[in-house]
Amino acid sequence: MLELRKDIFADERDDNLKEIGKGTQRQDMLGHVTGTSTYFDDHKLQGMLHLKVLRSPHAHARLRRIDTTEAERAPGVRRVIRGADVPVNLNTLLSLINFGKDDEPSLAVDKVRYKGEPIVAVVADSPREAYEAIAKVRVDYEPLPAVFDVEEALKSGAPVVNETYPKNTFVYHDVYDHQKLRFGDVERGFAEADHVLEQRYQMSPIEHAPTETNGSIAAPDTNGRYVVYTSTQALFFSLDTCAKILDVPSNTFHFVGGTVGGGFGGKVDTLTEPLAILGAMLTGRPVRYQLGREEEMQFGSPRGAERIFVKDGVMRDGRIVARKICAYFDSGAYTRLSSYAVVKCAAHLPGPYTIPNVHGDIYCVFTNRTPATAMRGFGVTAMDFALECQMDKLAHLVGIDPMEFRILNAYRDGDMKAHRREAKNTALIECVQVAAEKAKWPLREEAKRASSRKDGGGSRAAMSPTPQDPAPQRAAASQQRTSYDRAPPVVTQPPPPTPTPPPPRPQAPSHGAARFSSVFGTRRR
Amino acid sequence: MPVTVRTFASTSEAASALSSDRGARYLGGGTLVMRALNEGDISISTVVRATDQALSRIDVSSSRITIGAGVTFAKILAERDLAFLHAPARSIGGPAVRNMGTVGGNLFAPNPYGDFTVALLALDATVSVQGGLGARDLPVEEFLQSRERQSGALVLAVSCQRPASADAFRYRKIARIKPKGGSVITLAAHLPVSGGRITGARIALGSMAPMQIRARAAERVLEGRSFDDASINAAAAAAAEGVSPADSALGSAWYRREIVGVHLRRLLSGLE
Amino acid sequence: MTKTPLQFRHNGREVAVFVDGGVNLLVALRELIGDMTPKFGCGQGGCGACSVLIDGELHLSCLTLAEAANGRSVETLDGLKDGPNLHPLQRAFMEQFAAQCGYCTPGMLMAAKALLDRNPSPTRAEVVEAISGNICRCTGYEPIVNAVLAAASGGRARA
Repeated sequence: MLELRKDIFADERDDNLKEIGKGTQRQDMLGHVTGTSTYFDDHKLQGMLHLKVLRSPHAHARLRRIDTTEAERAPGVRRVIRGADVPVNLNTLLSLINFGKDDEPSLAVDKVRYKGEPIVAVVADSPREAYEAIAKVRVDYEPLPAVFDVEEALKSGAPVVNETYPKNTFVYHDVYDHQKLRFGDVERGFAEADHVLEQRYQMSPIEHAPTETNGSIAAPDTNGRYVVYTSTQALFFSLDTCAKILDVPSNTFHFVGGTVGGGFGGKVDTLTEPLAILGAMLTGRPVRYQLGREEEMQFGSPRGAERIFVKDGVMRDGRIVARKICAYFDSGAYTRLSSYAVVKCAAHLPGPYTIPNVHGDIYCVFTNRTPATAMRGFGVTAMDFALECQMDKLAHLVGIDPMEFRILNAYRDGDMKAHRREAKNTALIECVQVAAEKAKWPLREEAKRASSRKDGGGSRAAMSPTPQDPAPQRAAASQQRTSYDRAPPVVTQPPPPTPTPPPPRPQAPSHGAARFSSVFGTRRR
Repeated sequence: MPVTVRTFASTSEAASALSSDRGARYLGGGTLVMRALNEGDISISTVVRATDQALSRIDVSSSRITIGAGVTFAKILAERDLAFLHAPARSIGGPAVRNMGTVGGNLFAPNPYGDFTVALLALDATVSVQGGLGARDLPVEEFLQSRERQSGALVLAVSCQRPASADAFRYRKIARIKPKGGSVITLAAHLPVSGGRITGARIALGSMAPMQIRARAAERVLEGRSFDDASINAAAAAAAEGVSPADSALGSAWYRREIVGVHLRRLLSGLE
Repeated sequence: MTKTPLQFRHNGREVAVFVDGGVNLLVALRELIGDMTPKFGCGQGGCGACSVLIDGELHLSCLTLAEAANGRSVETLDGLKDGPNLHPLQRAFMEQFAAQCGYCTPGMLMAAKALLDRNPSPTRAEVVEAISGNICRCTGYEPIVNAVLAAASGGRARA
């Protein structure tokens, strides 16, 4: 049951809560229990056709030849769609806000870069006839060496996954192959620390597996437009993405979304709408493209896997004095939203703790895996998993209770954060105290008396001098290795980017794209 | 080509439709064939059905029980005289799958399914198949080994002796998701004890090979011995002999080899 | 392509359609009859979103050959209400917040109805078993179990 701790920060609020803490009924709950909530597929359109896709069985292959002649003649087939039929067959989702280069085709033309990549679409009178036609498409594949590991992908000589990004990393602002955070001097911090702990954390890709699979129905509408019923979570993104891919003004479309049968981030990529609409344009009929469950698992984007190295320097008394993080996001074969995930991750470092020296390098890496996308806590969840596991290990290392260890290192109001902003309205300490209370976890009085509003600022508000060049590694005599320290992994740093001449001023964005400060790093005006 | 459905009143007509058409598949409960059609399996062009009542019959009148191939798991669970098969039947799917899935269909269910068949293998069951010249019986082990060739044959029934005692037959399905889920390992054992010694030991494993198999090395260890810690440990140590599990999303081959002995020990000791 | 006639009782009403060979009952209900309440989630029998009652028994309509429903009674969520009045299960699901995206809800309600029609006073374990063939990705199942128990204890379980 929901408990409101109104005693905490009581003087900062007026306590006139009208909705929080009360069970307010969903506006669509009656629709859910009567089955009248309308999902994209709950539309019966006259003469609807079915679209099925031929997908690559290879993780990486050249497409030498695609022969659709037999498929085109198959019974019930209305149209076979190939890459050449797609007006703008290269896109990236965030091009709508002028972030990143177009790198992903709607239908592969000369190369496939992940298992499940779409190559040919067939639109037919029935799903069965579409499947039979798909089986008649002949593709000559020339398998290529593939890379599935983020660090392998960054080694020189690794197979190039995506020619748009030849070093297998996303490029920020045309120059940088990763996101960087620098605050203070971590090498000096490590040298002065009593203990140094470096650990490697790894997560697998995670599939959202919504009960409703991705899908859409597109149909010619009464006034020359197209109506599109879609499962998308991102209605306007999808609409504008389709306008770009199909090279029509966005008012060509009437997108109807609404009830999504579970999204969790897995329905933001405009996976089915472009081909469904193109099918409707080319056949003049309603076209339905819904992923089957196997397709949803293989082709639907997962939360991207991450590999995270956390190296901390900690004092005997429990203060973390230096934190160095190197993380690799596995974006799969195309960017989709991973470029943004990396920005969010870098913005999240070093977690809700005041650490005087922080160093972060976060990479968006391309591999021959299913392109990744957003999922709950996008860019942050896995990093938090790594950081909090690390906090427990550090606490164990210095012999301090893990809850108290967090209270000790928590940021407080007035502290300087690694991003050079003052910490305000912090509340980690109170969260830990209440969690300990609920878990009947004993805390010493000192930890119970701690407050986010006390003891911050002062020397903790100082901005540590930050060296421009990486300082040489200095090992401290007092550094102790512990049972947690496995043999340090060989971290292959990619070669520093060769300095390129400054790029020409970028073209004005074509869709009236607004400049998002979180993406471009400009201060809000 | 479009799918054609052909429904026959007699099993012999259904059997001959099945064997004469390479694109024909027999539809029992639908959990296998309809799934294949839903997923775009175009190798199926004819769906064969039989409405013969004999397929849904259960005969528990003697010590040898006979279950029609069309009997669903729900029906087995409703049959008190088949209590020894309730644990395997209950371990399959959710309630809807148990209302639909059939004993005959389970013989064809690939990994990670086919749990009821593991129980039948441990019980030395016989499979009755309608061939061109009438029905013939084959041991379930032989049926499974020739399963690829059997898809053109129509299974009529399975039969087996009742277990020696309630305690002699044990079954366990290890799954990641409870109460239902695909099998990581399924184990069944029939261990009659006579004169204090195990006689006619049978141990069957599911998801440890391309088809359900007997753990013959473990059986040999137990044969003629009494049931005690020593024999149980020895059987557990031999559990992985002759298995060839594959990697799957539910567990790697390595993992399955590691745990098969652990779960066999628990099954034999009666531990959770 | 020859079409096969299919006639059955749909939520108490006689209906008749013609189906292509091999079509499943889910497609027949949604595309031919126009009953959108059972949902497609997997086509494999793993998610339960397509659950319906056939002659009072819980079945997965995506794995049921449409023709196999000939002459039978098929119940879906569309028929659960009693005129304008909600079934106790529907009321309980609302009161217990037993849905978020709502996509699993039709299947869950059918599974719950199948349970309560046979067993008006189930234990918690029996409720869990009854919905064990239905996947929910949103609620964590607890509100759904609570709703079924509330419907069982709170009033007439049978429609």
